[in-house]
Amino acid sequence: MIRTFVKKYHIFTHITLITVILIVGAPVIFGFIISTQSPIEVFSYPPKLTPGSHFSNYQKAWKQVNMGRMMFNSAYCAIMVGFGKFIISVLAAFAFTHFKFKGKQFWFLLILITLMLPIPVRIVPLFEIVSDLKWVDTYWGLIVPFLASATGTFLFRQHFLTIPSELTDAAKIDGCGPIRFLFQILIPLSKNTICAFAVIEFVYIWNQYLWPLIVVNSDHMKVVQIGIKMLINTEAMNNWGVIMAGVLIALIPPLIVFFVMQKSFMRGFGFMREK
Amino acid sequence: MSQPFIATFGFPVLSDISWVRSVHLHDASGSSGKGHLFKVWLKGEISGISYAYPSGRSIMESKSIYPHKVLPYLLLAPSFVIIGYFLFYPTFETFRLSLFRLGPFGIRKLYVKFGNFIDLFTSADYLQSFKISFLFSFSVVVFGLGVSLAIAVLVNRKIRGINFYRAALIWPYALSPAIAGALWVFLFDSSAGYLNYFISVLFDVKPKWLTSGSLALVVVTAAATWKNLGYNIILFLAGLQNIPDDIKEAARIDGASPFQVFWKITFPLLSPMTFFLLVMNLIYSYFGSFGLIHVMTEGGPANSTNILIYDLYRQAFINHNAGLAAAESMILFALVVILTGLQFGTSGRGVHYQ
Repeated sequence: MIRTFVKKYHIFTHITLITVILIVGAPVIFGFIISTQSPIEVFSYPPKLTPGSHFSNYQKAWKQVNMGRMMFNSAYCAIMVGFGKFIISVLAAFAFTHFKFKGKQFWFLLILITLMLPIPVRIVPLFEIVSDLKWVDTYWGLIVPFLASATGTFLFRQHFLTIPSELTDAAKIDGCGPIRFLFQILIPLSKNTICAFAVIEFVYIWNQYLWPLIVVNSDHMKVVQIGIKMLINTEAMNNWGVIMAGVLIALIPPLIVFFVMQKSFMRGFGFMREK
Repeated sequence: MSQPFIATFGFPVLSDISWVRSVHLHDASGSSGKGHLFKVWLKGEISGISYAYPSGRSIMESKSIYPHKVLPYLLLAPSFVIIGYFLFYPTFETFRLSLFRLGPFGIRKLYVKFGNFIDLFTSADYLQSFKISFLFSFSVVVFGLGVSLAIAVLVNRKIRGINFYRAALIWPYALSPAIAGALWVFLFDSSAGYLNYFISVLFDVKPKWLTSGSLALVVVTAAATWKNLGYNIILFLAGLQNIPDDIKEAARIDGASPFQVFWKITFPLLSPMTFFLLVMNLIYSYFGSFGLIHVMTEGGPANSTNILIYDLYRQAFINHNAGLAAAESMILFALVVILTGLQFGTSGRGVHYQ
């Protein structure tokens, strides 16, 4: 009786899955518990494994490194890069899919090669270029070097290729020019691709570390990832409650973007389709 | 399974290249009929970005094109302005710089040919950094892929609430290296860290995790592996979902055990994805883990976590040794080229494609 029940409802699978979820999530769960404890609780021995009620840690983290400003900087950069990259790569993708022109293969290859040029490969001269432009400590310096991307171009190119040529033909007959066709027909047909692109780019830019570290000096231009490092540094004796509070604050925006767009995003990876 | 995944989360590198290769291969097989194209389109519209072209057919451009001659160049112009000025030009400059020895503020410049490279490869510190990077990336790849494949297999089944379970396992995708680093520094903190406490209770040892060399590398590796779980699980899961059920079903009917089905059918069919992830994880551990090291150890104690990318940062922005740093950049560049070449060369061969 019990055995058939266990088998029928996959009880073991459920138990295993929940255990795995707890293990994978443990660092964040522990971080949350600590973020609610007072310094005395944090350093008690043996450690206290249950949440406290010291929520002022969040306030403290927020004030200590000017987190509001940093969150704004990160979000602003992520949104601007996402938007700029979107426009630039959609235009390029459209050129590759709906036009014939000289040297197409060559230009495509050039975009392809950029995949092999992550920032560390060109970081020393890149910093000089950005300094010469007087872009150190500005949003320009944080945003513009990220604007062109092979990812976006390939993503949209790939998607545009799947749109039937009949649609283009019909648009042409109706006197719809290429730019209008792109913005009024192609882009509205690319919702899932745009969502996947948005998640990828937001998380990617929000989590940038090395470039913001070197291109920004002043506190009011710093991004939130650097703020985490500052939290750890500013405390003589690490007050883990405050640090963990800061970490969780910084983790929330990308998590929200991820979960809000999760359905389209997952669809983008072929999870939801019928077989 | 013909290269179905184009989007790869900000690190697009290799799938795109192998995909382009497959496009070229398939071009030879002739273009497809209209009905077929429509099916592909529908499938793409449903699945958004990733689709395997059924029957392996693919296309380079739409069948209906606009006759404009100048417009395509204008459309490409913004991309190439940025790519030219912020990607190609600095890369070329890196190469040039790597041949010079520079004073701290770039005032004096001395042409030294490959002197910087010779200095690096005869420096014990740099060779040590190479060794540490290798150990680090090897562990991140082996543990990361092993654990995430196991988890992906676990959530690749049809039971109640599976969508919840999946979401609850792939969220680490949103983690940043800095956040992962901070969380793990805490876990192993010598006075308040939970894992430090659990280990001291279970094994009665209480080592100084982050202040003794080899242990710091272990902690950093664990954090890096954990950070990348979400990415790996998503892609493994996508790969698993692309393996048709009927093959496994047939094997099961023929009396194969679940264990045999996995090792004889699922695993070989998954090998393109495994290989792709292998390369992506290598690139991640060489390039993407800077923030983690900076937050956790700053390369210490005594250089024991000083991986190549961290050494590059030190030379460039702490020691202000631009020539040497440029040479380190070129060495990293060579690594990317090799990894890309590996992916390019093996896509379609050696690994199983259905």
